[in-house]
Amino acid sequence: MDDIAARRLGADELERNFADIHVPLDRKRALIEASRCYFCYDAPCLQACPTGIDIPGFIRKIATDNVKGAATTILSENVMGGACARVCPVEILCEAACVREAQESKPVQIGALQRYATDWLFEQKLQPFTRAKATGKRIAVVGAGPAGLACAHRLALRGHDVTVFEARPKAGGLNEYGVAAYKVPNDFAQAEVAFILDIGGIRIEHGKALGGDITLAKLRQDFDAVFLGMGLAGVKALALEGEDMAGVMDAVAYIERLRQAKDKGALEIGRRVVVIGGGNTAIDIAVQARHLGAEDVTIVYRRGPEQMSATWHEQELAQTNGVGIKHWARPARLIGQKGRLKEVEFEYTQLDEQGRLMTTGDRFTLLADMLFKAIGQSFVASPLGNGAAGPPERELLELSGGRIAINADRQTSLANVWAGGDCVPGDDLTVSAVQDGKVAAEAIDRALRA
Amino acid sequence: MAELRTTFAGIKSPNPFWLASAPPTDKAYNVVRAFKAGWGGAVWKTLGEDGPPIVNTASRYGSLEVGGLRMVGFTNIELITDRPLQVNLDEIKQVKRDWPDRALVVSLMVPCVEDSWKTILKKVEETNADGVELNFGCPHGMSERGMGAAVGQVPDYVEMVTHWCKQHTRMPVLVKLTPNVTSILGPARAAKRGGADGVSLINTVNSIIGVDLERMAPQPVVAGKGTHGGYCGPAVKPIALNMVAEISRDPECAGLPISGIGGIATWQDAAEFHALGATTVQVCTAAMHYGFKIIDDMVDGLSNWLDAKGHAGVIGILGRAVPNVTDWQHLDLNYKTVALIDQEACIKCGLCHIACEDTSHQAIAAKKAGSERRYEVIDAECVGCNLCMYACPVTDCISMVEVATGKRPITWLEHPNNPLRQTAK
Repeated sequence: MDDIAARRLGADELERNFADIHVPLDRKRALIEASRCYFCYDAPCLQACPTGIDIPGFIRKIATDNVKGAATTILSENVMGGACARVCPVEILCEAACVREAQESKPVQIGALQRYATDWLFEQKLQPFTRAKATGKRIAVVGAGPAGLACAHRLALRGHDVTVFEARPKAGGLNEYGVAAYKVPNDFAQAEVAFILDIGGIRIEHGKALGGDITLAKLRQDFDAVFLGMGLAGVKALALEGEDMAGVMDAVAYIERLRQAKDKGALEIGRRVVVIGGGNTAIDIAVQARHLGAEDVTIVYRRGPEQMSATWHEQELAQTNGVGIKHWARPARLIGQKGRLKEVEFEYTQLDEQGRLMTTGDRFTLLADMLFKAIGQSFVASPLGNGAAGPPERELLELSGGRIAINADRQTSLANVWAGGDCVPGDDLTVSAVQDGKVAAEAIDRALRA
Repeated sequence: MAELRTTFAGIKSPNPFWLASAPPTDKAYNVVRAFKAGWGGAVWKTLGEDGPPIVNTASRYGSLEVGGLRMVGFTNIELITDRPLQVNLDEIKQVKRDWPDRALVVSLMVPCVEDSWKTILKKVEETNADGVELNFGCPHGMSERGMGAAVGQVPDYVEMVTHWCKQHTRMPVLVKLTPNVTSILGPARAAKRGGADGVSLINTVNSIIGVDLERMAPQPVVAGKGTHGGYCGPAVKPIALNMVAEISRDPECAGLPISGIGGIATWQDAAEFHALGATTVQVCTAAMHYGFKIIDDMVDGLSNWLDAKGHAGVIGILGRAVPNVTDWQHLDLNYKTVALIDQEACIKCGLCHIACEDTSHQAIAAKKAGSERRYEVIDAECVGCNLCMYACPVTDCISMVEVATGKRPITWLEHPNNPLRQTAK
C-alpha cells in the first residue's frame, strides 16, 4: 500500500470509527444522573453557560420525566442545544463549574443530560415554539452557521421574516462541515437545521456569498437590518518553503471533505501523519486521521499543554486514540522527494526571560507522508467592502483584532448591522456563536420596534 | 467482643436480630437459609385456623422510590400464610430441632374465639417452638375479616385474647402491635394487663403507597383495582422509634420487654431501637431488598461499635436514651445554637441560603467575593433551626454550634409567655 492511500481500513471498521463517540443516556441512566444534581441556588453551571441555560431547571424536569419541558427550557436559551450537547467543551464550562466537581471531582453529566432531553424532543418531532404576530420587518442574515441560524430563529420567533444567505450548499456551518464526524453522526446537523427552520419565516438562499452575489451595501438597502455571521474564511499558512508539495494539507479543507464524504474509505490518508497546531481542529484531524487508518499520528505544538486551546479533555481524547502530542516544537523545514512530502524538520522552542517564544537551536525530524496545517483560521474582511450600491462599507465597518468590532448587543459600527460567531472577537465556540445570534436578534427586535 | 446473646421474654437467641413474621419466614426453606446466614431468630409467618388455606393475590407489593433510591418505603397486601397449617407445623418442628440455638417464634392469627386460640396454641406447642406472637397488627385484608389490626385497635380485645393465650399455653406470649392507632399506649397497656410476656412493634402502617397514573389505580394494582396495604421499610422507622419510646417511658408498661420493628436495615438502626428500650429487633424489608446476607454486617457492625464504645454487650445501651425522651414542655427554651458553615468544606451550592431565605429566617447571606460565591450565617438572625444543616449536601459542612447565653434553663412550664405557667412560690 502506498504511503498515502485510500481504504486503509475495511468498511466495518470505518463505520465503527466514525459512529457516535458517546453512548446516549437511556431513561434509567438519565434519571440516575439527574438525581445527582443538587438544584443549586444561583447555580454556578448556569453562570458558566455562555447561553445561560437554566441547567438545574432542566435537569429537575428530566428527573420528573417532564422531558418535553426540559428540552424546551434548553432550546429556549440555546436553539442549538442538541449540537452543543455534543460539541460543547463542557469540561471547561458548565461541568467544570458543577459543585459536584468541587465536592467529588465528578460533575453531573450536564452535556449528556442535555442531549437526552433534546434528542427526545427531536425523536418525538415536537415543535415547542410558535411565532409571534408577523411584524412585516425583513432581516438579512449572512451565513447559516450557528450564529446566523440562532439569530434567524429568534427573529422568526419574534415575528420577523428572515432571509439567510449561505455560500455553501448546506446550512449548519461548522456543525455540518467542521466538527469531527464522530461527534455529530447520523446527519444530526441537518436534523437540527430542519428543526430550526420548522418554526417558519426563515428562507435560506444557498450559493450566495458576501462580496459575490450579495453585498453588504445592498443588503442594508433592501432589508430592515443585517446580521453578519459568516465565520472565518482564511486559513493561516506555515510560511515555509515547499508548502505546496503533495502531502501538505489544510486540516479545515480536509475535514470538510471528510464530513461530506458518504464513503469515508475513499479519502486518502498517510501512513505517517504530522499535525501542526494546538486547537480543536488539530485534535479533530489527528483523531480522524487515526480513524481513517493512519498508523502514526503526531501533533506538534509550539507551546505546552496548558497553552493548547484544545481542552484537557480533547487532549486526552487524542491520546487515547493513539495520537502522540509533542510540545514545545515548531516546523522549520519541509523535506520532500519528487514533489512529495517525506520528512518534517522541527526546532525546539522555549520561552525566554520575557516570556517570548524562541527556538533553542536544537532540531529533530519526523517522517511524514502527510502534514496537516491546523494553526488557526482568520477573518477575511474583503467581502465586506465596496458594494455596488454605495460607498465602500469596509471603511465604515470597524474591525477589532482583525475581526468585526461589536458592542454588548452585538451591534457593529454600522447602525443597522449586527454580527456574531467566529467573525467577531471572542472564543470560537458553537455555544458562544448561538449566544451572539440570540443577543443580536433581541437587539434587532428592540431596534425595529422602537 | 461485645456480647450479643439475648434473652427476650425468656427466649434466647445468639444475637438480637430476628426476621419478622412476613414473606421471608413463610417456610422452612427460607428460614433455614436465614439461620445459615446468621440470623438470631425468626418469627414464622402468621398461621391461621386449620381448614382451607387463605388465598393471596398476584401483584402484592408496592414500592416508594425517592430520588433514585429504591424501596425507601414498601407496602404489601399479602395475607397470612397460604399453605396448609399442618405443613407449616411440621416444618417449624423440624427447623427448631435442627437449629436449637435460634429463636423460633410462631405468629398466630385466628378469630376472636377462645377455642380457636386454644386449639392452635396446642398445635404450636407440639412443635417445640420458643413462643408465639399474636398478630394484632396487619392492617390489610385480614382486618376486613375481624382479625389483625381490627383486634389490635381495640385495647379490650387485645387484653382479652392475650389473657386467653396466657391461660392456654406455657409458651411466652408476645403481642404484635399495630401503629394504626391514635396512641400506642392503649393496646400496649392492654397487652400488659392481659399478661403478655413482651410486645413487638410496629406492624405495618395503613397506606396507599402510590397511584398508577396510567391505570388510575392505587398500587399495587390487581386487575385494575387496588387496596390499602401495610407500609414498612426505612421510611417508617421514625414512627416505630416514637412508639417504642412511648412504651419504654410509660410507667404502666414498665418492665414490658419490647422487640423493635420498623425499617431496620443496619446495625445503627438496631442500636437506635436498643437505645429506646428494645431488647431485640425484627427485620423484614431490608432482607427482602438485599437478601439474608445483610445479617453479617448487622452483627459485626453492632459488635464492633459496642466494643469501640466500651460496652460489654447490648445491655450497655439498652434503654439508655429513654430518660432523654421527654415532652416538649420540658425542653430548655434558653438553649441556643447557631449555624456555622465550614467555608473550606463548602462547595458553594447555595442550598443553605435558598432554604433559609425562601422558607425560614433569612439568616444566610449570599455574598460574592469577586466571582467567588460565599455563604455566610447572620448569627443575629439564626434561630438554630437546623434546616440549612440538613439541606447542605456536604456531610459536616454546616454544624450547629451551642452559644452560651448566660441565662438559666427555662421550660415552657416556667416561661413568662405561658399564661398557665407554674411559678415558684
